[in-house]
Amino acid sequence: MKREIPLLIVFIGGLFMAIQFFVPDSRSEWVYEFVMDWTIIIGIFALALGIWSFVRVSVNKINRRQENWQYSIISLIGLFGMILFGSSVMGWLGAESVGLESFMFRQVFNNIIIPLHATTFSLLAFFMASAAFRAFRAHSLLATVLLFAALIVMLRFNPYLGPVGNLIGDAASWILNVPNMAAKRAIVIGIGLGMVATALKVILGIERGYMGSD
Amino acid sequence: MNFFEKLAKLDRRWVFLILAAVVVITLLVDVKTSIRVDKEVRSVYDFMESLKPGDYIQMSIDYDPGSMAEMHPMTYAILEQAFKKDLKVVITALSINGPGMAEQAILDIMDSVQILYGKKIVYGEDVVFLGYKPYPGIVILSMGQNYRISYPQDYYNTPVDDLPIMHNIINYDDMKGIILITGTSGVDFWISYANGRYNAPLAVGLTGVMAADYYPYLKSGQIFGLMGGMLGAAEYEILVNKPGPAMEAMKVQVWAHIIIILFIIIGNIGYFASRRKGGVQ
Repeated sequence: MKREIPLLIVFIGGLFMAIQFFVPDSRSEWVYEFVMDWTIIIGIFALALGIWSFVRVSVNKINRRQENWQYSIISLIGLFGMILFGSSVMGWLGAESVGLESFMFRQVFNNIIIPLHATTFSLLAFFMASAAFRAFRAHSLLATVLLFAALIVMLRFNPYLGPVGNLIGDAASWILNVPNMAAKRAIVIGIGLGMVATALKVILGIERGYMGSD
Repeated sequence: MNFFEKLAKLDRRWVFLILAAVVVITLLVDVKTSIRVDKEVRSVYDFMESLKPGDYIQMSIDYDPGSMAEMHPMTYAILEQAFKKDLKVVITALSINGPGMAEQAILDIMDSVQILYGKKIVYGEDVVFLGYKPYPGIVILSMGQNYRISYPQDYYNTPVDDLPIMHNIINYDDMKGIILITGTSGVDFWISYANGRYNAPLAVGLTGVMAADYYPYLKSGQIFGLMGGMLGAAEYEILVNKPGPAMEAMKVQVWAHIIIILFIIIGNIGYFASRRKGGVQ
């Protein structure tokens, strides 16, 4: 029974959700909304679990003085600091605005989070340049095709190429709209079929990984 | 190690240094650049221009500060165009840092539209910001039923039914279109659920690295427009005849790409020369 009941729930739930999509009836919609509400509720528990897991991992790291344990202190300060700044507690401490309009919440977001994110992502440009220099070598036919495709797409908006620029622009559009799209479409269709196959395996109880090992 | 081997194995710190120098110089120097507008960007602009005053659109601002350099110019250009045309705009933000981005854009554009065009945009009448909710797939599905399921209140905790803009709308059927500006994979949920399940017309603004992945959806008609990265933003700025930060950034991007191309050529010269001499493979 320990295994049969979860399998039955998954079978009935999966089959119902698949059929429900094709039933334009208010009762069917109501059940659908009810299930969606439950998904949100379960998701919120997952969020709480995630925070608990993060705190536990960070505290353990600090207690054991593992490598770079100091960063865990900053992470925890960030987590609890933002919760504090975004909560009503700031109102009790005399802050004029609370919640998402809290002065400190906005200051931290605008002056710490935005610059940190922007800095981290802007560094990618340097790593991409270095990676392009090292990886884009014409050592085989396929690598050469990839190299030329990359060069054409990079040059497509270069204004210094004169009339050649228009040809390159057209070639870049063709690359994006024909070979790129064909390859992406094949991948997406493959993923879609894979998802349907996996869903069917889960519904029919062939794939049972979600139940754990015992 | 001969010259060509050295060339093929150039220390990456030189690459970083030269690229940094080019970025700084092109930012400081007034370099002229021109951009041609592709049809996938033009279709977003044409859609916006086809709308009448009072029509509703939804914008979902689903990006974090990391991609704001590419995404913010798109948001600003489209939002300003919407306000100039007296459209009603419903805004959501389904990425964790999206609300900060969305609020910044809304406040800035409300101010600039008043200063530049003398139009006073009233929050709750012309625009509403519904804010962030976790689990984008579920939120997108629920908005197809009724916005009030996921958003009984707006970002500022005002019940949405107290806001005049929300009186005439229930779900996606009341929107002329949805414009999604995103740097996250949540775009798949929008395509699968908002368009696939509820037939909502959808246009997307994506980061440069994401754009190539979504051309199939453009051809299949699941999205009617696509703006890709800084280039897409710059193209849109040209269309609305207001060159801004994206156009400014494009001159840097053009020269950064030229430098990267030069490095690729140098790397290949070094590779082939050293291979001929039996050096590095």
